[in-house]
Amino acid sequence: MPEVKMRTISYSTAINEALHEEMARDEKVFLMGEDVALSAISPATAGLGDRFGHERVRNTPISELGFTGAAVGAAMAGYRPVLDMRRIDFMMLAIDPIANQAAKLRYMLGGQVSIPLVIRAPEGGGSQNGPTHSQCLEAWFIQVPGLRVIVPSDPADAKGLLKSAIREDNPVLFVEYRALYSLEGPVPEGDHTEPIGKAAVKREGSDITLIGIGSQARSCLEAAELLAGEGVDAEVVDPRTINPLDVEGIADSVRKTGRCIVAEEGHKSGGVGAEIAASLQEAAFGALKTPINRVAALDVPVPVHTKLEAIVLPSTEKIVAAAKKVLS
Amino acid sequence: MSEDKAPLSDERMQTMYRDMLRIRRFEETAFELFEQGEVVGGIHVSIGQEGCSVGACSTLNEDDAILTTHRGHGHSIAKGTRLPEMMAELLGKATGLCHAKGGSMHIADVSKGHYGAHSIVGSNMPMGVGIGLAFHFEGKGQVAVIFFGDGAANEGSFHESMNLAAIWKLPVIFFCENNHFASSTRVGYATSVADISARAGGYDIPGVTVDGMDVLAVHEVMVEAVDRARRGLGPSLIEAKTYRYFGHSRKDPQFGPYRTEEEWNEWKAKDPLLVAEKILGVSEEEKKAHDEAVENELKDALSFARQSPEPEPDDVYEDLYA
Repeated sequence: MPEVKMRTISYSTAINEALHEEMARDEKVFLMGEDVALSAISPATAGLGDRFGHERVRNTPISELGFTGAAVGAAMAGYRPVLDMRRIDFMMLAIDPIANQAAKLRYMLGGQVSIPLVIRAPEGGGSQNGPTHSQCLEAWFIQVPGLRVIVPSDPADAKGLLKSAIREDNPVLFVEYRALYSLEGPVPEGDHTEPIGKAAVKREGSDITLIGIGSQARSCLEAAELLAGEGVDAEVVDPRTINPLDVEGIADSVRKTGRCIVAEEGHKSGGVGAEIAASLQEAAFGALKTPINRVAALDVPVPVHTKLEAIVLPSTEKIVAAAKKVLS
Repeated sequence: MSEDKAPLSDERMQTMYRDMLRIRRFEETAFELFEQGEVVGGIHVSIGQEGCSVGACSTLNEDDAILTTHRGHGHSIAKGTRLPEMMAELLGKATGLCHAKGGSMHIADVSKGHYGAHSIVGSNMPMGVGIGLAFHFEGKGQVAVIFFGDGAANEGSFHESMNLAAIWKLPVIFFCENNHFASSTRVGYATSVADISARAGGYDIPGVTVDGMDVLAVHEVMVEAVDRARRGLGPSLIEAKTYRYFGHSRKDPQFGPYRTEEEWNEWKAKDPLLVAEKILGVSEEEKKAHDEAVENELKDALSFARQSPEPEPDDVYEDLYA
């Protein structure tokens, strides 16, 4: 096998590269969203409007229901739209075309259509943007059969999974973590894709498994470093996609370590962590030496004040504390 | 003069009449089957509104698109949907257009340009805009027609869709069948304007109200709107005033708290099939031939549906992911 050349780029640049490459590769791919054609607005869409023109990189009015429904229609008619939601909070205005239509049309119409749609949904707190601009809502969408839900936590996965999402013939919710946009990491050169539905071990260890979703996969890696300083060898697993969820991939790690923390930035009740914990006790109950512990946002809205926001959101420190509790 | 603007040939007028009859008899048959318990799920019939579906679809080509609503049997048939597979879907058979997953409210026949009945009121409008956007990209002069009722004209999706189609000048026709009732809520109570077509003014697109009981009048306004769309001049809003003879769904009363028998009789006197017989020039002899042909077609469709197998348990996972 030829050696894969790596270089270091940011999460947002990785997304930008994936969009450039897929638009160049397939003329059916087009972009829609608020301000997507203007390079200055988001690093993720930089240069696309100038390169591919404003027909294919299409600015929309502030009309989430309208343009999301339009993307579903264009997908039915054979195109591969990629939507930019700016924030997942804004996507709440467009739930019908996502949950009632995109996810169900193929099933409901007896396989007559497919919906190759990607919805890029940046999300997350930590920037004092308050209750309606800080949410992590991916858990809502694992309740919707028919959707793929992808939650990349580093630049290589952001690029590889976005390229796979655009080539996927099913509707995909592609969650991006705003807090990770400036994160740098190694990304293979060339046509780098990652498989949808495969978890990844981000750090090997033997004492405890830290499962992190999106931004919290980063926090888990930081927590593992801190725990290493205290003689704990933590493994970090990133599911990367939560529909489908690679239960076996995650369970393999838990079978090895016997202990598990699940961390996510969404709220605790009915969250992704709850689903993972339930799946793990079904798949690997006998391997668990201690109960599975969840770290998540508190079940209150994300307040704007820095101090209050920090109390509500999960963090590296909270993961370390949870790990120590499980290990004690 | 484009082909669509030429006077209609007698053959086309006979086809229009026959399509109206096919819809009327399909729905009467479906309703009987429903009352006998043979239909799986609910149905919403459009009896009384056939002038709209045939008037509109008679201006379209097979590669033009329609999207319709929960009350979509008429548009489906007028656009060329295969009747045996449609009947099989109503009876919950594996050979149904939707493999018994969608039922009456989701009839689609994409091979005929029918992109589906969509049961969430207003949901089909943004999707129709998206199909219009795809047609705009293709540049082949295809149009997308979105059928909806007076109730949907109060959904936010109606306004967002008209604005998007207008700013992008998409080949989309918003066709409102104002049958006067959103379930049991009268249009005059629920709607701020006397004519829904007036709302076109808010988006600077043409808006016209037409007698939906008159198939030729509907055809004529559609010809204008389709021509405009094909030439890249953008969307139009058509409001066809019509009347729903039956209740909203299932076994809702035809009359009752929300309308009187007198009003119902006034509309029935303008029945679209009676009107069509006169204005399309259908003779008694031709009528008899149409009746016979339609009965035979329905008999075959029903026989196909009844003989078709039910879905298998494993089918529950089929068609979810591509």
